[in-house]
Amino acid sequence: MKCTRCHARAEVHIRHHNSAFCRGCYGTYFQRQVERAIHKEHMFTPDEDVLVAVSGGKDSLALWDALVTMGYRTTGLHLALGIGDYSAISTRKTEHFARERGLRLLTVPLEDETPGLGIMRVAGATNRKACAACGTVKRHYFDRIAAEQGFQVVATGHNLDDEAARLLGNVLHWQSDHLAKQSPVLVPTHEKFARKVKPFFRISEYETAVYAFFRGIDYVLDECPNSAGATQLVYKDVLNRLEAAMPGTKLTFVQEFLRTGRPAFAGEASSPPQTCESCGMPSYNGTCGFCRLVAEVTRRRNPLPHAGPA
Amino acid sequence: MLITLLPQHQEIDLPGRQRVADVLRQLGLLPGTVMVIRGDELVTERDFLEADDRVEIRSVISGGS
Repeated sequence: MKCTRCHARAEVHIRHHNSAFCRGCYGTYFQRQVERAIHKEHMFTPDEDVLVAVSGGKDSLALWDALVTMGYRTTGLHLALGIGDYSAISTRKTEHFARERGLRLLTVPLEDETPGLGIMRVAGATNRKACAACGTVKRHYFDRIAAEQGFQVVATGHNLDDEAARLLGNVLHWQSDHLAKQSPVLVPTHEKFARKVKPFFRISEYETAVYAFFRGIDYVLDECPNSAGATQLVYKDVLNRLEAAMPGTKLTFVQEFLRTGRPAFAGEASSPPQTCESCGMPSYNGTCGFCRLVAEVTRRRNPLPHAGPA
Repeated sequence: MLITLLPQHQEIDLPGRQRVADVLRQLGLLPGTVMVIRGDELVTERDFLEADDRVEIRSVISGGS
């Protein structure tokens, strides 16, 4: 197979674009895709400081690498989640990536956050699913660090497959409020929200993995141990079967939803958030989900002494 | 050819010269869900793998929740 651009031997075949690329031309193709998404969706400009959420996986490290290569001003934010060896390896690879390239990285070890917020210990204390606790904690710290450090933009490595799987889940359950909000750019609805952007929303995870491989990025290969049997992986499997039979299905599904489907759900969007009485961050109740989680962990770890008879 | 599947770290030996697409089919893997790596290069599903090749097939699927 020959490269579509220069006719050298192709190393990668992008079936949904009916294109093939050699290593050199693939870098150009990939960065153009990212730049197009950033520009077309008005995600951010070269004058803005971007906080990049980095887990140590292929997508977030590829995103950080691509943004730096393209000349954007970035700082990495890594949450050390406290999920055993998986988190230890993730943190080590993320810190190595930043150190090797001389990039600024903020690392928050959740286990050191009061009252000790390592995900496995939080899940154990509250009987919540680890993924639910992880989502609540991640959203809070992304918003809080961005607000405290003055970032207007938070970029995440969500890719086309993530967006297609999320869309399928939202459609299967007709979650109209979620459909109203699913977008590559989330405009802030509270003074302490940053703009959340997904520059890889049109790029498949095969493409991000290829970019990471070609760039020599040492990312975490193992999956989070909590992801086994995750619903999102079931949706991804279904979508990959459709994609294999009909290349372009995932891209069309997401693109056409954004173009024609999402506007139909605009009226279903929830009201703007209020302010959490406890931490001052945005909240859809009096107290935000993060503060309720922290209170529950604290209560379960330090139960009140049983009141005896007077 | 000796194939290492990642992240499972599983090794599989397949006989003869075969096209990548046929190898993936035998292993029950869909194109676009794995990278096929020979040495320090990627190969496409239309390329051939030789009987004495050592190949890494690395999953690209991630995610949870």
